[in-house]
Amino acid sequence: MEKDQDKILNDVTSGEYKYGFHSDIETERIQKGLSEDVVRIISAKKNEPEWLLEFRLKSYRHWLTMKMPSWPNLKIPQINYQEIIFYAAPVQRPALNSLDDIDPELKRTFDKLGIPLGEQKHLAGVAVDAVMDSVSVKTTFRETLAEMGIIFCSFSEAVREYPELVRRYMGTVVPYTDNFFASLNSAVFSDGSFCYIPKGVRCPMELSTYFRINAANTGQFERTLLVADEESYVSYLEGCTAPQRDENQLHAAIVEIIAEKNAEVKYSTVQNWYPGDKDGKGGIFNFVTKRGICKGENSRISWTQIETGSAITWKYPSCILRGDNSTGEFYSVAVTNNHQQADTGTKMIHIGKNTKSTIVSKGISAGKGQNSYRGLVKVLKNASNARNYSQCDSLLLGDKCGAHTFPYLEVDNQTAIVEHEATTSKIGEDQIFYCNQRGISTEDAIGLIVNGYAREVINKLPMEFAVEAQKLLQISLEGSVG
Amino acid sequence: MLVIKDLKASIGGKNILKGISLTVKPGEIHAIMGPNGSGKSTLAAVLAGRELGEVTGGTVTYYGKNLLEMAAEDRAKDGIFLGFQYPIEIPGVSMVNFMKTAVNEQRKYRGLEPLSASDFLKLMREKKEMVEIDSKLANRSVNEGFSGGEKKKNEIFQMAMLDPKLAILDETDSGLDIDALRIVANGVNKIKRPDNSFIVITHYQRLLDYIVPDVVHVLYDGRIVKTAGKELALELEEKGYDWIKKEVENSIMV
Ligand SMILES: Nc1ncnc2c1ncn2[C@@H]1O[C@H](COP(=O)(O)OP(=O)(O)OP(=O)(O)O)[C@@H](O)[C@H]1O
Ligand SMILES: [Mg+2]
Repeated sequence: MEKDQDKILNDVTSGEYKYGFHSDIETERIQKGLSEDVVRIISAKKNEPEWLLEFRLKSYRHWLTMKMPSWPNLKIPQINYQEIIFYAAPVQRPALNSLDDIDPELKRTFDKLGIPLGEQKHLAGVAVDAVMDSVSVKTTFRETLAEMGIIFCSFSEAVREYPELVRRYMGTVVPYTDNFFASLNSAVFSDGSFCYIPKGVRCPMELSTYFRINAANTGQFERTLLVADEESYVSYLEGCTAPQRDENQLHAAIVEIIAEKNAEVKYSTVQNWYPGDKDGKGGIFNFVTKRGICKGENSRISWTQIETGSAITWKYPSCILRGDNSTGEFYSVAVTNNHQQADTGTKMIHIGKNTKSTIVSKGISAGKGQNSYRGLVKVLKNASNARNYSQCDSLLLGDKCGAHTFPYLEVDNQTAIVEHEATTSKIGEDQIFYCNQRGISTEDAIGLIVNGYAREVINKLPMEFAVEAQKLLQISLEGSVG
Repeated sequence: MLVIKDLKASIGGKNILKGISLTVKPGEIHAIMGPNGSGKSTLAAVLAGRELGEVTGGTVTYYGKNLLEMAAEDRAKDGIFLGFQYPIEIPGVSMVNFMKTAVNEQRKYRGLEPLSASDFLKLMREKKEMVEIDSKLANRSVNEGFSGGEKKKNEIFQMAMLDPKLAILDETDSGLDIDALRIVANGVNKIKRPDNSFIVITHYQRLLDYIVPDVVHVLYDGRIVKTAGKELALELEEKGYDWIKKEVENSIMV
């Protein structure tokens, strides 16, 4: 019976990655390796203005002085930056005026991923910016959005069309000196999404960026910049997948959010990069810096993440609560299965008065997965009446995995109220049997129990994606109970 | 429908069931009584397919099939229901979702289409009324934060939803107030038909005032040591188990 349990555990944890295919698309690549020349080449490929090249070079020179962080609870193999290709782009005709101009293979790739690039398809309430390797290939619903003054386009285009906006905000939340991977990204970033919601506008549809790594031996370095002007609202979603390869691939992104007075931004991520095989071979290294600033009073930024993919995840979507009465939220479900490792959490920096933050982190470890929550709650001297509530739960499936919690607390104001709760639980054999006895198979039982455990977070996702996320959770744990 | 022959089972090397034989026919209600630790829940668990210990001997046939070879979920889908002595909490999983999954799995097994959302909710409503369970309970997570009595009522509600051929109720009457006891018993009586059967495990003859058994068995130290009509329950209530223990010991001496 022990054996059976092990077998089920194995079956459930060895669920196959469903997005591991690779598309045959003609790709333009530059030589591998990193140098000032490479940085210049990237900038030239994109016809960038001088100021941006300067920004890149500054970042590159700074990066050279930095070391990879060693504090995460992760075992990261040596990364040879001279073996990585820093720019790869699907070759296609230059002017993309209609869908017909897109390479049919590219379109097929996104169809296969369930991301229709046509606007009449089932995701009618969602505008998509599709990014393949280093470039954005198509942004849907641009005209509809433009009528309301909303700018939603690829980062490169924003640099061309709205240089003042990009210049005003880029690097203000995540400076190029911020950390090793942020500096690297600032030097070599290729594309990403840009979004600006003007004063008083509620964005009528979900905006979403879909990232796909396709080319081999390349890194993906995209930047997202999202500005919500006063009294505006936007809900943004990001999804990602990659082909199944034996080599690790590096993904080092930056997301910056600026919320002005009374603005609200919801940023959701369903991260499903290739996690590597069940023996830990291959998979994406996902080293991402995400940060938002609640600049104006009463502003609100809410991060929701469902992290099921990547071999190694290192990310801490954070909120700087500068405006008085502003609110930051972080809702996270992170799954580590097989040999996956995740060190993820958040930082809530309370600067303004009456600022509030909520942290709900749900870790799920299975197989030999190692899952760490790392969170900082910092209350500055002048942040009177700051409140934080943190809840960190860990769920273990089997006994070869691990869950770790590293909460940091720095409070410099007496009036702050900070609460922290943490639990660790195992999926009980008795829970599974209870389901079995009602006719529910062990696999389905695990799916039910895990989704029940993660429900608080999943409920924060936009409806269309909540269902997707539930399925994803179940698939990523297929075969993993004991 | 159910034929148990000389069933033996051990947990952690310790013999718990020491040769149980029992035949249940369609439409019958069997009561099983017996002192604490005699093996009643273990028997129920073995029948439901919980792999706690090892079946070391004997056979169990259910509608001609070798029950012991079937996976727990297949037994359930084939109409075996266990009302747990200690129902399990599953946080975050709504009763609606749980029951919908269970009902549709069972329908799939029987080659039926899944119920539509509206048909399912109708079924929920119907059964809720039938077993007089508070609507609010059915809207919460499975057993999460339910009181002891509420959990037991929820077992009866699930039984009504799943409409089993053989229901094994393990002390479903324990911890119930008088009204709840009546509700649980009424639930059973409403579900009872000539073609389904019940094994009711209980310590109290009180329940058997409401659910009238065809036979009463006494399980003692892993064996059924006495089988008689419903008057046996009354006798046990009056005299306790000592006289049976003595009888057993005497019979072993002989
Ligand atoms: N998981 C287990 N590990 C070890 N011993 C067990 C286990 N489960 C049951 N037992 C033992 O098996 C024996 C029978 O237990 P069982 O629960 O079947 O009794 P019961 O007749 O249902 O008692 P009660 O009336 O108290 O519910 C007891 O001695 C008990 O300690
Ligand atoms: Mg018992």
